[in-house]
Amino acid sequence: MNKQTALHPEHVKLGAKLVDFFGWDMPINYGSQIEEHHAVRQDAGMFDVSHMTIVDVQGAQAKAYLQHLLANDVAKLTVKGKALYSGMLNEEGGVIDDLIVYHFDDTNYRVVVNSATRQKDLDWLNKQADGFDVSINPRDEFAMIAVQGPNAKEKAGSVFSAAQQEAVAGMKPFFGVQAEDLFIATTGYTGEAGYEIIVNKSDAGSLWQQLLDAGVKPCGLGARDTLRLEAGMNLYGQDMDENTSPLAANMGWTITWEPADRDFVGRKALEQHKAQGTAKLVGLVMKDKGVLRAGQAVRCEAGDGVITSGTFSPTLGHSIAMARVPANVGDTVEVEMRKKWVTVNVVKPSFVRNGKSVL
Amino acid sequence: MSNIPKELRYTATHEWVRPEGDGTFTVGITEHAQDLLGDMVFVELPDVGDEVSTGDDIVVAESVKAASDVYAPISGEILAINGDLEDSPELVNSDPYGDGWMFKIKAEDPAEVEGLLDAEGYESTIEED
Repeated sequence: MNKQTALHPEHVKLGAKLVDFFGWDMPINYGSQIEEHHAVRQDAGMFDVSHMTIVDVQGAQAKAYLQHLLANDVAKLTVKGKALYSGMLNEEGGVIDDLIVYHFDDTNYRVVVNSATRQKDLDWLNKQADGFDVSINPRDEFAMIAVQGPNAKEKAGSVFSAAQQEAVAGMKPFFGVQAEDLFIATTGYTGEAGYEIIVNKSDAGSLWQQLLDAGVKPCGLGARDTLRLEAGMNLYGQDMDENTSPLAANMGWTITWEPADRDFVGRKALEQHKAQGTAKLVGLVMKDKGVLRAGQAVRCEAGDGVITSGTFSPTLGHSIAMARVPANVGDTVEVEMRKKWVTVNVVKPSFVRNGKSVL
Repeated sequence: MSNIPKELRYTATHEWVRPEGDGTFTVGITEHAQDLLGDMVFVELPDVGDEVSTGDDIVVAESVKAASDVYAPISGEILAINGDLEDSPELVNSDPYGDGWMFKIKAEDPAEVEGLLDAEGYESTIEED
């Protein structure tokens, strides 16, 4: 029996096509994945992301603990509500998960991790907490709705109370604030503006309905995947995993090397990866017919590689992909598609931002 | 329940076949098939004049989810292809038995169609899925 989010009855009511997503019944679409994709790029869409794991990290040594746990440095977080994206690494420098951490004060943080990795993440968080004065509390009483798109803030704002509207007024990207019964963050996974809203499970259905009434289109995991890939955002388990160095997953920017004496988990291994050199994650663009798909083989003069994520980009009208390839890759590579080798262009792994092509 | 028109013939690989009465047949994929594949993004059709044999993979239907082959349900010559699918592959989703047709074929042996599934037979094969 799969797990269901608090919004499951809403998905059924809307006629969603539900699929098994790592043990959860989740909507893949509500009809057309491509229409949902366009709604987020052009107007406002919402996703049930209640399957993600929310963990509060609190205690006198919460800051020191997270500085030990994460490759990015929470010392960068000095303003209340500011968020940080980071990898959580194992001793071998592989990525256990990627996550967002929100800072309230140096003794109080909120971490949001993936759903598919929930148990191993919680085990790791607890194991690494050994010796730190810190408590690790999963917050299973919450649901989460991501509202994304150029009109997302305005439409979501229309269902907020006056106090909530005031709390989010002028909030910059990558911040979160507790406003009455909602935690509202300017984060997301689409490359558009918007909010991720954490709400009590008991209130989730009514918030969802209010957002629907405000003209926010329900969107499934299918559109979520094409949106994040256009935005050049990694998907854990596909673009990186425990056997991938963040340096080979376009996550070098999330590693804070200084101060050199911050001994975060995986640091020694990463220093070796850096000295030896690693493969890298690049973007691929194919304007001919056909769709690049995860798992397809890649070859170039510098050696072999593989597509980690590939799709048809509804915004661009052609296929895009992310691929792990040798670091000295040239401007083109060949991809094996349906038994033929096709030449495609290599670009930075980012394709669309704020509704527009960045190619 | 998926829409399976009574007047059409079917294959177990989800093609439908409509007799046009003059030894020619129109072919597409079923509503059930398009639902499994999801939003169509490219449809690569054969060339008019191609001689095809039963079971040949002659169309690639590429959706957001996967690339799938569509097979010739009978042997014959391709008389026409649906050029509208070039710019509007989504017709396969919105109207699989109408504007989403893929090609017309002149049967080498029109009797071959008698060997295909009827609506009831097709329905029982997809219930087994």
